[in-house]
Amino acid sequence: MLLDPVWQLIVVCALATFATRLLPFVALSRQADHPLILHLGRYLPPAVMLILVIYALRDFTPLAGDWQLNMGDDGLPLVLASLLVAGLHLWRRNALLSIVLGTASYMLMVQLSWVG
Amino acid sequence: MISQAWREAGKQTLPVMFGYLPLGAAFGIVAIEVGIPWYAAAAMSIIIYAGAGQFLATTLLAAGAGLTEVAVATMMLNSRHVFYGLSLLKRFQGAGWRKPYMIFALTDETYSLLTSQQAYTHALGFRISLLNHLWWFTGTLIGVAVGSAQLFNSQGIEFALTALFIVLTLEQARRLKQALPFLIALVTGLGAVLLLPDRHLLLGAIGSASLLLLAHYRHDRRRESHHAS
Repeated sequence: MLLDPVWQLIVVCALATFATRLLPFVALSRQADHPLILHLGRYLPPAVMLILVIYALRDFTPLAGDWQLNMGDDGLPLVLASLLVAGLHLWRRNALLSIVLGTASYMLMVQLSWVG
Repeated sequence: MISQAWREAGKQTLPVMFGYLPLGAAFGIVAIEVGIPWYAAAAMSIIIYAGAGQFLATTLLAAGAGLTEVAVATMMLNSRHVFYGLSLLKRFQGAGWRKPYMIFALTDETYSLLTSQQAYTHALGFRISLLNHLWWFTGTLIGVAVGSAQLFNSQGIEFALTALFIVLTLEQARRLKQALPFLIALVTGLGAVLLLPDRHLLLGAIGSASLLLLAHYRHDRRRESHHAS
């Protein structure tokens, strides 16, 4: 191959990202007002956001039965910090504040092993 | 000598700067931690320019995923951009030489700024897109510098991405005020966590959520035509 694996992955990732942004401008411009497009445009983004939250929290798996975590002891800090982010955001609605304080609390918990 | 348009764009992108510098730095640090060279991480922030997409790319790289997997997972993760584009079809008309770049640089945050303009012009929109890209790249450079130098213990900083998704979900819920997409996400998301191997998880969840929304659309249409007859 011309490129080593890291650069192959970067180029593929760049092309795939640009493709998703470009697609409607080249292919769907005449279907912009189709009701199915409007339906998906309305409901898919919020669904994707929550799926990404679930994806990010997948290492917390109490459903496994024994609270066994598959990534060290990060499971409980993950949930506590997430609750802090959600609580802060519902209270102050300041995205930066919620993200910074939530991340700081998570880093403290995993680095000092307060929980887990 | 800074023009009025640049000053206005700078003012408007200030909140994004505060978000992109630490998040870009978080990406730079994570990239260094999984063994990506600093210049490759910097290049990713120029030519990929997608927060979640770049974090996903580092994960897939560390996991040794195949290129097809990377392409499909990236497109699924960024599928929401298709709908951003649809709602900007008319707004971007007449943007001329700026248009390809503005489509390329269409992140969540840039989309939010561009669609909330009271007096939108292509000159201002282009500057907003370019400045956001610059904040993200600068953050990445800070991150690879800090990550390489090990100035502080960065363990856990990748939680910034999880926090971002939580905030975006709450903002979506606030705007939409409907339970349907969140119920669908709970079912498909938790189902995928329980049933699918890690590398297919995101694909499976978003794919099945799209199918459920399609079924819901067809159900609605049938019910409407039934009422009409």
